[in-house]
Amino acid sequence: MKTIHLPFTEQDLLNLKSGEEILLSGVLFTARDAAHKRLVESLDKNEKLPIDLIGNAVYYVGPTPAQPGQIIGSCGPTSSYRMDPYSMILMRKGLRLMLGKGDRGSAFQEVLKETKSVYLITVGGIGALLSKCVKSARVVAYPELGAEAIYELVIEDFPAIVMIDSTGLNVFE
Amino acid sequence: MRVIERALFVKAIQELLMDSAFHLDKKILDKIKEGMKQEEKLLPKNILKYIIDNHDIAENEHIPLCQDTGVAVVYLSIGNEVFLDFLIEDAVNEAVAKAYTEGYLRKSVIRHPLDRVNTSDNTPAILHVKQALGDKIEIHVAPKGAGSENMSRMVMLPPSAGKQGIIDFVLETVTLAGGKACPPIILGIGIGGNFEKVTDIAKEALFRSIDDHANNPIDAQLEKELYDAVNKLHVGPMGLGGETTCLAVKVNSYPCHIASLPVAVNIQCHAARKNQAVL
Repeated sequence: MKTIHLPFTEQDLLNLKSGEEILLSGVLFTARDAAHKRLVESLDKNEKLPIDLIGNAVYYVGPTPAQPGQIIGSCGPTSSYRMDPYSMILMRKGLRLMLGKGDRGSAFQEVLKETKSVYLITVGGIGALLSKCVKSARVVAYPELGAEAIYELVIEDFPAIVMIDSTGLNVFE
Repeated sequence: MRVIERALFVKAIQELLMDSAFHLDKKILDKIKEGMKQEEKLLPKNILKYIIDNHDIAENEHIPLCQDTGVAVVYLSIGNEVFLDFLIEDAVNEAVAKAYTEGYLRKSVIRHPLDRVNTSDNTPAILHVKQALGDKIEIHVAPKGAGSENMSRMVMLPPSAGKQGIIDFVLETVTLAGGKACPPIILGIGIGGNFEKVTDIAKEALFRSIDDHANNPIDAQLEKELYDAVNKLHVGPMGLGGETTCLAVKVNSYPCHIASLPVAVNIQCHAARKNQAVL
């Protein structure tokens, strides 16, 4: 199985093909509903974002609290469609790799194709297994949001499936 | 009259909720394993394998199966000979707060749908109370995640729509849900009652054992037909195609108005956590 090292390169993205099972290793940033709202509000105010959108991947997850001795709690994907309105703005500002679960809306898919971005999914409801692929986790923004804060994760051999590739081809259809 | 102490009641619900995060009922897990054997294509087979492996890790290491440890749904059936000298709702919420805080479960409840400030202890619960005969309390809990709950739907059909109208609505609901509801799913279907009753009985249907059949032969027949029709949609595990779209269909019915045919479809994801106890 192919491994993509994060942050990714342009060529990495272009090589991904819809339907392909891959592994992810490297640095991944988490963000779900509340963090996306904050990021877009910052862009509206011309503020600097707490994460660099260029070359980095965003994972839609809100983990359970880590128990003593754990790096992270259960950390599977949340449904991506809720992020669509925010993702369309972020893609126009340079975000090109997103990881979640479930299909996306048609407006999102148009922007994805236009910006040659890629949408990955992983299996929902396997947060215990996925927590084993996380080697470190630290909060980098919005700690007051709790599970919805932005975390920087270092991951190893994290399983994913290419849902929509940079040509806009979608396995769901 | 049997007195049940508040502390005992709180502890029981707290423990049921904490424990439910880490494993599935064996019968549900067996259905997923059966599905894996049936799948011929590699992708759905691999996805079901991940789900089974995840269960082993969750159970052995006490890591929640899914990060969405849900809203606590609690059903109580209280015997008429039981005496409780406390407010049930307060005690249930105390149990939820303790379970989600001490059990390292995710707090997913916000105080208002528009200001969206987290209550920080996952309260309040969604509580349903019924009366029964006897001197015991039967407790059923389910931490219900939002992925599948968000894809659930209800409709007031005209009576002329009949059985086919119900089937069409269920199939449309499962198709629209696709991978977002985390299939393979379990369907809790309510038919009859009125606007609020139909969703209540649909939720209650999800608490039934995965291998039982409805008592009413009309409902039992509908369960069978829906199970076959839903799996023929080939939504498959995580919506990526395959044979295993639903693990079970449960239909609960209730009398209704001559002018009505209410239908509710409550979807449960494959992380179908639930737990029960008798006090």
